[in-house]
Amino acid sequence: MSDTQIRTSADALMRQSTTYKPPRDPVQIIRWTLLFMGAVVMVMPIVYMLSASVKYPHEMFDLNIIPREPTFENYLYVLADGRFIKWFVNSLIIAIVTTMSAVFFDALVGYTLCKFRFRGRYLIFIAILSTLMIPTEMLILPWYMMSLHFGWLDTYWGIMFPGLMTAFGTFLMKQFFETVPDDFLEAARIDGLNEFQIWWSVAMPLVTPALSALAIFIFLGNWTAFIWPLIVTTDQALYTLPVGLTTFSVEQSVQWELIMTGAALATIPTLIVFLVFQRYIIRGVAMAGLKG
Amino acid sequence: MNLYSRLSIERKRTVWAWAFLAVPIFFYVVIRFYPTADAMVLSFQNWNLLGARSWAGLDNYVRLWGDPVFWKVFRNTFMYLILGTPISLVISFVIAYNLDKTRFLHGTLRALYFLPFLTTAVAMAWVWRWFYQPVPIGLFNNILSSVGIGQVRFLNSTSNALPSILAPAIWAGLGFQIIIFMAGLRAIPVSYYEAARIDGVSNWTILREITLPLLKPTIVFLVVFSSIGFLRIFDQVFNMTTNDPGGPLNSTMPLVMMIYQTAFSSYSMGYAAAQTVVLFTVLLVVSLIQLRILRDR
Repeated sequence: MSDTQIRTSADALMRQSTTYKPPRDPVQIIRWTLLFMGAVVMVMPIVYMLSASVKYPHEMFDLNIIPREPTFENYLYVLADGRFIKWFVNSLIIAIVTTMSAVFFDALVGYTLCKFRFRGRYLIFIAILSTLMIPTEMLILPWYMMSLHFGWLDTYWGIMFPGLMTAFGTFLMKQFFETVPDDFLEAARIDGLNEFQIWWSVAMPLVTPALSALAIFIFLGNWTAFIWPLIVTTDQALYTLPVGLTTFSVEQSVQWELIMTGAALATIPTLIVFLVFQRYIIRGVAMAGLKG
Repeated sequence: MNLYSRLSIERKRTVWAWAFLAVPIFFYVVIRFYPTADAMVLSFQNWNLLGARSWAGLDNYVRLWGDPVFWKVFRNTFMYLILGTPISLVISFVIAYNLDKTRFLHGTLRALYFLPFLTTAVAMAWVWRWFYQPVPIGLFNNILSSVGIGQVRFLNSTSNALPSILAPAIWAGLGFQIIIFMAGLRAIPVSYYEAARIDGVSNWTILREITLPLLKPTIVFLVVFSSIGFLRIFDQVFNMTTNDPGGPLNSTMPLVMMIYQTAFSSYSMGYAAAQTVVLFTVLLVVSLIQLRILRDR
């Protein structure tokens, strides 16, 4: 699909009009009712998780969603442990730094491959693109060996280094920079801006929707990443939230209300962010997905 | 600086281009290409992380070929794919197709369907694991018993465990597929539908003759993307079978988990590397076959 098509279909997705008038046509009523029931089923696991996290153990296994005696004791217990806050901060730092690095470099490389003409350009593009076919799991063993050799085990750097640039993002940004007219860049060049300034202050502001789409995608990927952080960390103080949650849940074994509280603590922040930025997130995921 | 100022504009731009690419090229060589080559080399070696790496020829591959666990794992990995991809695509298409025709509270419905995509696989694996517990703990069995149906053994049965672990993976991916399908549906020009309607064509024919063929690029993308995801399943299996990894009796163990265990529980790095090469080959072949079949039709 061409760029304009991607843009318009992602935009059209968001423009899809919402009305607050219930349908009259019987077919539409049935369609809507079924869709609504489906949507309720979809969110049920999340609802039951949240519900269980505010229940006392004796009420935990009843089917009612609203607890008869709501309690925050589970949260107090889990947070008093102290490790959750640490894991949360670790995950946040790692996801933010990785996202910033990947968006910066992916945009820079995408721009260079799109707007500069030089020998070897095509070769580099193909080389970067070809890394998309290599599964992370294949690189994990050599990464682990590197980390062992250089002392990166149990460090933030060790968790972050594999994701500092992404081929997917480079490809995505290259596509979007095609939509930036060369005349703009030429005008800036005549005004005496150097190439870095042209990229940073002329081209980049023109692709902000793509940048935010990429940022959302990469942040989500890092926030939920599991296998690499699991391998590279053994010190609990450096665990990310998913790895910590696994450890915590195994410790609790049959105390399901505490496990659900831990799961809720890992989920609630994303839910809040989603409720605030819903439109941007859905649009961003659609844009990034359609390009991929 | 003097040297630089004497260059032509084109030459200056080339210098800038290589300056921009210097760090990324270093990154891709050291963090992507070298490890790829290293994994392939390692698959022909023996190494237990401590001693020296020694050459093993094809030993690791021969061992893999003769390993009954590997064949079991190979079958499981494809089961995740064969069940996961068609089921998730059919469900997400049906929802996207109907959601696209709905106006009332459209944004709210879409948000509800999308929500699970944002959850962490680890957290949701534990939620589903709780649901699957026997009476009086698990939600599903409690519901079944409240309507008088017998118990279902989900995670501790060799035949039910794999689909039970797959379910949360499908569930979490639906939101993404629905959004992509809806964007694809929106990209089809309205005039096609109008023309068909003037000709008095039925909804079913419109779906079969216009919507699905024009949606092909979207379908191809989603088939390849979700297949790669199911072939690499790990987070859910790891968290739902912590008491018996990949169990019961290896019936849920996917290839990625076998790699993890071979490398980090048995420290047979060379053997694990051979398994990663197999994973790489499987992903490549499956993607190419799918692209071939779907593009040609």
